[in-house]
Amino acid sequence: MSQQFVIEPVSRIEGHGKITITLDDLGQVADARLHVTQFRGFEKFCEGRPLSEMVSLVQRICGICPISHSLASAKVCDAIMGVRVPDTAIRLRRLLNCGEFIQSHALSFFYLSSPDLLLGLDSPPAERNILGLMKSNPTFARDGIRLRRIGQQMIEWLAGKRIHPTCVVPGGVNAPLSPEHRQAMQELIPEGLEIVQRTLLLFKNMLDSFREEIDTFANFPTYFMGLVDSEGRLEHVDGKLRVIDADGNIVIDQLDCEQYQEYIGEAVEEDSFLKSPYYKPLGYPDGIYRVGPAARLNVISSCGTPLADQELVEFRGLSTGPVLSAFHNHYARLIEILYSLEMAERLLADPDILNDRIRAFAQPNYPEGIGVVEAPRGTLFHHYKADDHGLITWVNLIVATGNNNLAMNRGLFQVARHYLHSRQLTDDVISRLQAVIRAFDPCLSCSTHSLGEKGIVIELITADGRMLDSF
Amino acid sequence: MTSGTVLPRKRRVRPVGSHRILTFKINNRDVSSREDESILAVARQNNIYIPTLCHLDGLSEHGACRLCIVEIKNAPKLVPACITFPQEGMEVSTCSERVIDYRKKLLEMLFTERNHVCAVCVSNGHCELQDLAIQLNITHVRYEYLYPRLALDGSHPRFIMDHNRCVLCLRCVRVCDEIEGAHTWDVMNRGLDTRVITDLNIPWGSSETCTSCGKCVQVCPTGALSEKGKSVAEMVKRRQFLPYLQKMRRWEEE
Repeated sequence: MSQQFVIEPVSRIEGHGKITITLDDLGQVADARLHVTQFRGFEKFCEGRPLSEMVSLVQRICGICPISHSLASAKVCDAIMGVRVPDTAIRLRRLLNCGEFIQSHALSFFYLSSPDLLLGLDSPPAERNILGLMKSNPTFARDGIRLRRIGQQMIEWLAGKRIHPTCVVPGGVNAPLSPEHRQAMQELIPEGLEIVQRTLLLFKNMLDSFREEIDTFANFPTYFMGLVDSEGRLEHVDGKLRVIDADGNIVIDQLDCEQYQEYIGEAVEEDSFLKSPYYKPLGYPDGIYRVGPAARLNVISSCGTPLADQELVEFRGLSTGPVLSAFHNHYARLIEILYSLEMAERLLADPDILNDRIRAFAQPNYPEGIGVVEAPRGTLFHHYKADDHGLITWVNLIVATGNNNLAMNRGLFQVARHYLHSRQLTDDVISRLQAVIRAFDPCLSCSTHSLGEKGIVIELITADGRMLDSF
Repeated sequence: MTSGTVLPRKRRVRPVGSHRILTFKINNRDVSSREDESILAVARQNNIYIPTLCHLDGLSEHGACRLCIVEIKNAPKLVPACITFPQEGMEVSTCSERVIDYRKKLLEMLFTERNHVCAVCVSNGHCELQDLAIQLNITHVRYEYLYPRLALDGSHPRFIMDHNRCVLCLRCVRVCDEIEGAHTWDVMNRGLDTRVITDLNIPWGSSETCTSCGKCVQVCPTGALSEKGKSVAEMVKRRQFLPYLQKMRRWEEE
């Protein structure tokens, strides 16, 4: 008889969700799905609010990547106002984004995922967390905390506070960088570079012990998408879209973000509040594409900064085509921290960064705008329509995690198929199902939010709906 | 009415210099005042703090918010200090337990009545309602929020009206009528349905009486009225002009 497992909650991810695994009559895994079970409704309650409020309003989608939401939103507002943002403001926005990538990637790698990597996926779950890491690998844990602090400190110095700052505004930013804070940031960067290079070395040495996970963590051919600059280099804040196929061939290049709807469709499924975007030319549900750290490193021609480019060569050596395993998102995250530190150093070295011409003012001049940035978890789309008075009439958001929804489901299926051999959820299966989700670093809080509950639940269920086991 | 009750009485207009002088007590302190001075005015002269929201120096008193309530010995009801005048021998308490409790309740009800979302408000950090909540140590609200669905009026080219943040202090109505002389703003409906309106409830941008002077925006204590284009926490109100303008108007009248 067919069966279904449910794992709920999955811990050490941002947000809340549920995994169900359905077994067929022969006891084989027939399907595995991630469900986002809470509803947030941002697209609806933003309607009627003024354009000038949107940047701060949508920031509340997330406490980890508020800067990404504010940057995407500000780009929409810039487009609706039809302004040219002053160069210094663009640089300051990019610098702020570097701070966010450093802190968000450090959170994902060190706080959420490294306990799996350093303590092992078969270590006792109660000790497999940042506190357990503090006991067993204190220097490594301290490095993680320190690196995240560097990112957060940069954000605070630039924007006034670490979470939900109000410095990004339509038309630019609202506060210039002070020479004191510039110097303080410059002094932080060498330490950050040391930490991330040390961690990269450690990570590369442990890759061999995770061969089985690397082979099974969403290791299948899909398309990849990311922003690139005009030279095809890594780009987080501006740039145009590039899509590659599973063999690494460029399918679309330098696509204006305004045209995203021609290529990205959004499917809604009954059992999840997370939408399932798909690549339109391939249709739904075959149009699986992935975004995020590894996807970005797969699509770009180069990073554009020397140390990150050196690492990129090694990263590319992992595979003949694009790096397919979601496990390598961890690797890509470290390379992106390196890139962000180098990019921050470059931006800070420019004397123009202290310029106080940082904002363009205008009334809404166009009825519609689209803003796309690379959030730490992948490509983030904001799309608004506004009336003549600057009040929002329609909002569409595709959060980074949503782009990966179809790939996460298939990754779960692959892991369940490989590790689940009984009608019970064993610890090693639960650990790996959670770890594959964690490798995508989904920000379910971007699409769901609830307090006082566990993260993700896993359920094992028969085809006729009977629950066999749960976690 | 029970004997000994001190009722608010109307201001008596007398020629300058012919007012009686009264002595009474505020918080057990002997104070003296002219009979045409409100309890609030006397308290302020004596550096005794009474919180206010609808009161604004330079505008007539309205007694709308009730946050300046004080307790008068032997009076059954709490009275607003801004529109109550002292009587000889009166004993006023501005910070009794009962007064503080009622002030907190009043403020909490203001928060539940509309959608005051400080974190994304243009006036965050520069808001009188927010300041009062901090001052009165409001850490949470004991009543259910009403979450009314209220629209914004963005039709004016320079200003924006957000009914979600309005506390119905009617400073806008008074400043427009008393200082600017346009009387564009007024009030519609009663109770929970009360709204400030422009002209006869037409979009602000189509008002024929509005001079776009912006005084209403500057006197508004919250983010209900703001300048267009200001982002979150950027709206800082300037009210210094008001006592000066009022003085000039009086001088003109005389």
